[in-house]
Amino acid sequence: MSLEMFSTWWTTNERLIDLLITASGQTLTMVFLAGLIGLIFGIPLGVLLHLTKKSGLLSNKNLNKALGVMVNIGRSIPFIILLVAVIPFTRFIVGSSIGTAAAVVPLSIAAIPFIARLIEGALLEVPSGLVEAAQAMGAKPYQIIFKVLLPEALPGIIHAITILLVTLIGYSAMAGTVGGGGLGDVGIRYGYQRFDAAVMMMTIVILVVFVQIIQSLGDYLVKRVDHR
Amino acid sequence: MIEIKNVNKVFYQAGREIKALDDINLSIAEGSIYGVIGSSGAGKSTLIRCVNLLERPTKGRIFVDGIELNSLSANELTLARRKIGMIFQHFNLLSSRTVFNNVGLPLELAGVSKQEIKEKVESLLELVGLSDKKDSYPANLSGGQKQRVAIARALASDPKVLLCDEATSALDPATTHSILELLRKINREFNLTILLITHEMAVVKSICSDVAIIGGGKLVEQGPVGDIFAHPKTELARQFIRSTLDLSIPADYAARLSASQSPNSYPLVRLEFTGASVDAPIISHVARELNLDISILSSNMDYVGGIKFGLMLAEFFGSPQATEQAIAFLKENKIEVEVLGYVA
Repeated sequence: MSLEMFSTWWTTNERLIDLLITASGQTLTMVFLAGLIGLIFGIPLGVLLHLTKKSGLLSNKNLNKALGVMVNIGRSIPFIILLVAVIPFTRFIVGSSIGTAAAVVPLSIAAIPFIARLIEGALLEVPSGLVEAAQAMGAKPYQIIFKVLLPEALPGIIHAITILLVTLIGYSAMAGTVGGGGLGDVGIRYGYQRFDAAVMMMTIVILVVFVQIIQSLGDYLVKRVDHR
Repeated sequence: MIEIKNVNKVFYQAGREIKALDDINLSIAEGSIYGVIGSSGAGKSTLIRCVNLLERPTKGRIFVDGIELNSLSANELTLARRKIGMIFQHFNLLSSRTVFNNVGLPLELAGVSKQEIKEKVESLLELVGLSDKKDSYPANLSGGQKQRVAIARALASDPKVLLCDEATSALDPATTHSILELLRKINREFNLTILLITHEMAVVKSICSDVAIIGGGKLVEQGPVGDIFAHPKTELARQFIRSTLDLSIPADYAARLSASQSPNSYPLVRLEFTGASVDAPIISHVARELNLDISILSSNMDYVGGIKFGLMLAEFFGSPQATEQAIAFLKENKIEVEVLGYVA
């Protein structure tokens, strides 16, 4: 595909350009909203998974097992199936099962167990000696969580959030199935089904740029907060 | 200040029962520096972790400053721990906090005001000599500096007791020395009771007033450092004392050493001076009286708690009779003599 072809396409397809801009907005809305909701529920879940471990601060074998199984179920359902399976729940929450807002619900549900496992992993990297030192100086469990575990795991947590957002960009491509729109939807409907290679290329380029920006920003922040 | 009464700790590993601590009794007086020495796996780490209940004893009671820690609720224990400082082999500083905020952490936990934290932390950093590093992160400090920060942090909540878990084991000898000096200084300045565990007798020798020797989970010997060095009752104690005066036979001597005497060879002897040895200029006395030439190969004598002790490797040049008489005389004076062999 030559540069010239792009430029002629650009001037003759104003409607498609509007479409891409709208779709970009939808993708970002879905990703960041679902990401935010995912973090609100997923981070505490990840912390709980870590704390209830066998040698954890609030060791509780049964709770840990139960949470683990829940998270694993959430993680093992293919997103495209989850999307359809939670339609009744989606309708209950947002009042409709189609549209961008409706797509945020399954995306959030997928994000929660995903980020929970990543947070659990990030907390695992905190040396147990630090928790012990905090206990020895008379820290209460909530103080250990907020003053030791989370700050010490912050680089890992930011890294995990980066991975989550990039993954959600991928998942959001399937949101078209429920009329959620977004770049993936445009790519499939216009690029794939109408054989419009130019639209396909455009959506891919925009997605690559999004991923690149999120990853770079994430890496930059990790570097900023990492004093290890 | 610290009372450890009949403390037992049993671990279960792969279905097997491991006795880490076997009926330990210790009483540590206020203001003393008490050393617990043992080789790795002897249970010393478990013991010190039992003092602030990081490890719960299977049986037995722990008193710190008159309070029985075992009987406290989780919340009361948390508060009691604020009066027990602890430092560790690997420092355990928070990498996400600056030196200032690391030292201030115990105060933050206790809900002290920002202004008070600032004053306290600055005076503590002054004490440990790191005022210029207050905005650095631990990753940019040397091992000795990290341990100084850890000490400042441990002192932040004005503890009555400081527990040192192998605090100098990850440091080089010069840094170890400066950290021990600092510990001695805070011991004097704040009348702080220090319990330290180590595997190095040199550490005990340099700052402890009392020592307990632990082996296989049992306390085998305890008492004032001078007494233990002077009259070690157990083989384990003797080993640790000897480890501070490592005297080995040089390789070329070892090669020339034979077990039996031939006409042109002379005995290589090891003399061990203990607290029981008669304190007199014995070597020159033997040389003069028995017409024996004594060549000292290496010697390591030390003076701890009013006691002279040490090891010496020497060759005795003289007639076999003179040598025999010399050895008999040394033994009379309570110097342990061992003929290691004969050097041609």
